[in-house]
Amino acid sequence: MEAFTTLTGIAAPLPKANVDTDQIIPARFLKSISRTGFGKNLFANFRYKEDGSENPDFVLNQEPYRKAEILIAFENFGCGSSREHAPWALLDFGIRCVIAPDFADIFHNNSFKNGVLPVKLPREVCEQLMEDARMGGNARLTVDLERQVVVRPSGEEIPFQIDPLRRHLLLNGLDDIGQTLQHAPAIDSYEARQKAAQPWLHGG
Amino acid sequence: MSGQKPRTLFDKIWDAHVVDTLPDGTALLYIDLHLTHEVTTPQAFDGLRQAGRKLRRPDLTLGVIDHNIATDASRYTGIVDPESRLQVETLERNAAEFGMPLIPLLDDRQGIVHVIGPELGRSLPGMTIVCGDSHTSTHGAMGALAFGIGTSEVEHVLATQTLLQKPAKNMKVEVTGTLPFGCSGKDITLAIIGRIGTAGGTGHVIEYCGDTIRALDMAGRMTVSNMAIEGGARAGLIAPDQTTFDYIARTPNGPKGEALARAMEWWKTLPTDAGAQFDKVVTLNAHEIAPQVTWGTSPEDVLPITGVVPNPEEAADEARRAQLRRMVEYMGLTPGQKLQDLKIDVAFIGSCTNSRIEDIRAAAAIARGRRVADGVRALVVPGSGLVKKQAEAEGLDRILTEAGFEWREAGCSMCLGMNPDKLTPGQRSASTSNRNFEGRQGPGGRTHLLSPAMAAAAAIAGHLADVRDYQPKGSV
Ligand code: SF4
Repeated sequence: MEAFTTLTGIAAPLPKANVDTDQIIPARFLKSISRTGFGKNLFANFRYKEDGSENPDFVLNQEPYRKAEILIAFENFGCGSSREHAPWALLDFGIRCVIAPDFADIFHNNSFKNGVLPVKLPREVCEQLMEDARMGGNARLTVDLERQVVVRPSGEEIPFQIDPLRRHLLLNGLDDIGQTLQHAPAIDSYEARQKAAQPWLHGG
Repeated sequence: MSGQKPRTLFDKIWDAHVVDTLPDGTALLYIDLHLTHEVTTPQAFDGLRQAGRKLRRPDLTLGVIDHNIATDASRYTGIVDPESRLQVETLERNAAEFGMPLIPLLDDRQGIVHVIGPELGRSLPGMTIVCGDSHTSTHGAMGALAFGIGTSEVEHVLATQTLLQKPAKNMKVEVTGTLPFGCSGKDITLAIIGRIGTAGGTGHVIEYCGDTIRALDMAGRMTVSNMAIEGGARAGLIAPDQTTFDYIARTPNGPKGEALARAMEWWKTLPTDAGAQFDKVVTLNAHEIAPQVTWGTSPEDVLPITGVVPNPEEAADEARRAQLRRMVEYMGLTPGQKLQDLKIDVAFIGSCTNSRIEDIRAAAAIARGRRVADGVRALVVPGSGLVKKQAEAEGLDRILTEAGFEWREAGCSMCLGMNPDKLTPGQRSASTSNRNFEGRQGPGGRTHLLSPAMAAAAAIAGHLADVRDYQPKGSV
């Protein structure tokens, strides 16, 4: 996993609430067996017309948002299914940070695990950032995970909260499994205890 | 332990599975059962392979193929779509390479992952159960803490049999009173989502309780818990009771004899203690529930079948007005239109929400002696090979096919646009599944969620219909 420290990039405005995972990456594109390549179908139902051509009205088909690295949206972003393809598609497109008033739980989790940073900020702040994002080529925001601030084009700094463990893992690009395997002795002894107390769970 | 704080069902299962606690309070939670399917696992096994890691507990892992297979006879001649075939073959290869038990496609036990777990007796009270699929909440009806995980978490569980988790908050949804005629678990769960909204349960595990829930059979409870996720919750839970124990005793792989007796001793200690605190409480009176149907593109946009399409302009704020306008347009509706006047093209009875034998019986009871309306395509897709066999033994397949319904092989089918069973753009469906998002059942498809009996009534009427006007003819 790539470490996330500070990101400065174009922010795309997506002024919608309840952007669900089916909108982020429609189910018909989930058939790949690899983790990459989903970016071209990110928001496919909005980005392409029925004949497969690009819909020029959709923000990610407009300059400079084709190169967006940050997405601003409204409430309950990432609701719907548990598909991890949603952060994969965002990442593959080049988006490494989503800013919204709140996120659906599973999406929130999945984002961190894949190096996409979800930043929760109050609705009023998201509305301001949405305005910033509408400034086209000047829509550059900085998301500084080390200092936990979003820097607006005006230079104003907006602090955000984040779980310390999540922050640590992201800053260091650490994978969860390696971390957990350091607890192998505890897992072994849990299994031994459980097998004695609840043998039916272990084929006994 | 005396003097201990009263705990909820969720707290008890959680506490019993904490292997270790990290400095920030994150728990390393032991997972008792990991269910897998073809869609969310290839990248996880890939990750294991790349890191040279093994599957820690093959015996606590079970794979099944359900999402992207055909549910017609073509299943027997091989999967046509090359991408679907690749996913299925990848799961088969990974199962062989990592020693994971896998139910073969052409096996009676094959079916939707959330139908087979409880049915085989693998999903039991007090367990922690995960699967790379959001509707894992279904298994909560067994009194198990069951939730959907993403693919990196699948990889984590494969490698360590544990998951890093923050505790959820406790939410209680209490439903009391006798469920009115024509209503089922589906109407309860839709009514709850209508009440709390799709973000109502965010951050919480919902425990469903009250005498209405107690009175449901296991199939009805699974339907309720299945859609906990549509209410935004991490999981749904229903305390195990005699109904649960009787169900488990009939399963092929559940504990038997002394093991069952010993398990039951523990299971009986699981229900929430008197006086336990919930972070959020919602109560619902079952008398107020009428047969439900969704009209929009979010499960919370639900109304009694006697309702009319809302007028977007009457919504409180502009954001909501814009959202409703979009829904009305996408769904091809006119404000004020009666829901019962909406003509349908397809009726779909199936999915992990409603494909158990009880659901098929409910549909057959309405279909018996009647005919599917001209121009309507009606599919009945059993949730597993075992459900299919049982239905055939009861003669339900004949009742349904004589009425003009298609009788299919087990799988996810038209619940999602990922296999050959899809809506075409503009088609309207009466569907017993759980999601009505734009394009969920196929690009441009228009989904109305409802119960199996309501779907059967709609198939016969040719439009959304009130099941209370379609009393069963004769007994099934
Ligand atoms: S039936 Fe539908 S909701 Fe259930 S597991 Fe299959 S695709 Fe998911």
